[in-house]
Amino acid sequence: MKPMNVTEKLGVNKYELDEGHPHIEVHEEVCREKCPDLACLFVCPANVYREHNGKIVADWAGCLECGTCKVACPEDALYWIFPRGGFGIVYRSG
Amino acid sequence: MAEDKFDVIIVGAGVAGSTAAYLLARQGLDVVLIERGPYPGSKNLSGGVLYGRVLHELIPDFWEEAPVERCITNQVISFVTGEASFNIDFKNQAFNRPPYNAFTVLRAKFDRWLAEQAEEAGAMLVPGIKVDRVLRDEGRVVGIAAGDEEMFADVVIAADGATSFLAQEAGLRERIPTHQVATGVKQVIGLPRETIEERFHLTGNEGVAYTIVGCATHGVAGGGFLYTNLDSLSVGLVMRLDDLVRQKIKPAEVVEEFLANPLIAPLVRGGKLLEYGAHLVPEGGVAMMPRLYADGMLVIGDAAGLGINNGFTIRGMDLAIGSARAAAEAILEAKAASNYSAAGLSAYSRKLDASFVMADMRTYALAPRFFENDRLYTAYPELLTGLLTQIYDQPAQPKEHLLPTLMKSLKSSDVSLMDLARDMLAGVRAL
Repeated sequence: MKPMNVTEKLGVNKYELDEGHPHIEVHEEVCREKCPDLACLFVCPANVYREHNGKIVADWAGCLECGTCKVACPEDALYWIFPRGGFGIVYRSG
Repeated sequence: MAEDKFDVIIVGAGVAGSTAAYLLARQGLDVVLIERGPYPGSKNLSGGVLYGRVLHELIPDFWEEAPVERCITNQVISFVTGEASFNIDFKNQAFNRPPYNAFTVLRAKFDRWLAEQAEEAGAMLVPGIKVDRVLRDEGRVVGIAAGDEEMFADVVIAADGATSFLAQEAGLRERIPTHQVATGVKQVIGLPRETIEERFHLTGNEGVAYTIVGCATHGVAGGGFLYTNLDSLSVGLVMRLDDLVRQKIKPAEVVEEFLANPLIAPLVRGGKLLEYGAHLVPEGGVAMMPRLYADGMLVIGDAAGLGINNGFTIRGMDLAIGSARAAAEAILEAKAASNYSAAGLSAYSRKLDASFVMADMRTYALAPRFFENDRLYTAYPELLTGLLTQIYDQPAQPKEHLLPTLMKSLKSSDVSLMDLARDMLAGVRAL
């Protein structure tokens, strides 16, 4: 198989995008205080989190809803809920 | 909606939730099965095979109707280092006769079918609704809230998967610590049916399941997997989250390396990516199990932390089905006694305890700790492949007997004789 990056892989997936309703927010002040490694930046299988102009942003549209970040990150660092009913990742194989 | 009251509200239409809905509806109870995805299975990933005997007890010969992919007749455990691999390759055609041992399934198809069985039995399936929280009255759970809507029932079953926010929200479970879950990352790779059968030496609907231990995970506790579906492969890694965080590993990168590994690359060659998914896997064993019941509420399946990995088999779906059966039986008894308090529902815990589910959870209670041993993921695969390299390598020099070869391999490895003895004993006890 030819190598693919994560963006290309997510591009194969089906999503019902809930525009204007982000289901993730990063509380950066908690990250900087409690999470020296900034775990979200590497641990997410969908590379949802990245640093942009020195701030952590969440590209929530590509989220696979696995919950890895929610378990790995300090308790209050993330507002992370499932997308509204019917929205988000739609696995066709699973 | 506030006027409606059901006997049972089930949150999550995975294998646990749909099985419970099927069993309860068949007994004439008013059951609503709520699924946050647009259809059952749309949020679910199978990271393993379905050991189907328990489902066969509930839905006899389910494989004749259900969308199963392949019947597993070939199980392979592979110890992999950079260039070498050592396989335990077991085949038994007896597994290809009813009541089949194990099937690969794709959850978006399989879970949909199972929920349909529940619907045909009389359960009401409500997809596309996310349950936000449980409703309480004087402490006891009396229903659920989803957005502005409220629904009421005698019992709420949390079957909402490994993250189980509902069990957490209801106070049955603490926040999950990183060492009790693993992150599974999976690619579904399309290949023509004939290619799969030729490549993996399969006839008809036979299938193979690989478990891969070693460099695939960069020393992170966990392993790789590869399963054959009808015309696709499910390939990926499961890595314990505390190790991922500690070693600052990027799962996406490690998966890409895994696919390029000389053992894996020829198996997926020419394939086309159909889906890229990730899911949490409960790996904490008995130690991570929440309180299973409260006044008006039960927890089943992944949400109850039911998962077993003994190195050979990785199980979750069969345990989910077993827990659903215990829950359904307990609810029927609670209904007969009109007692949905924690005491009235406590039969769930007793029934689960008496079933294969908790028997196996207890049998493998030491397995999670055994698999915390770093040597399993680096030192032992290297020792094994190193030893076999010595055995097969034919230099223009005199060879030594097996035992001194083994001793030299041990000496040059990171494993001491004491480690080996200790780990073997621990393995015998845990597995």
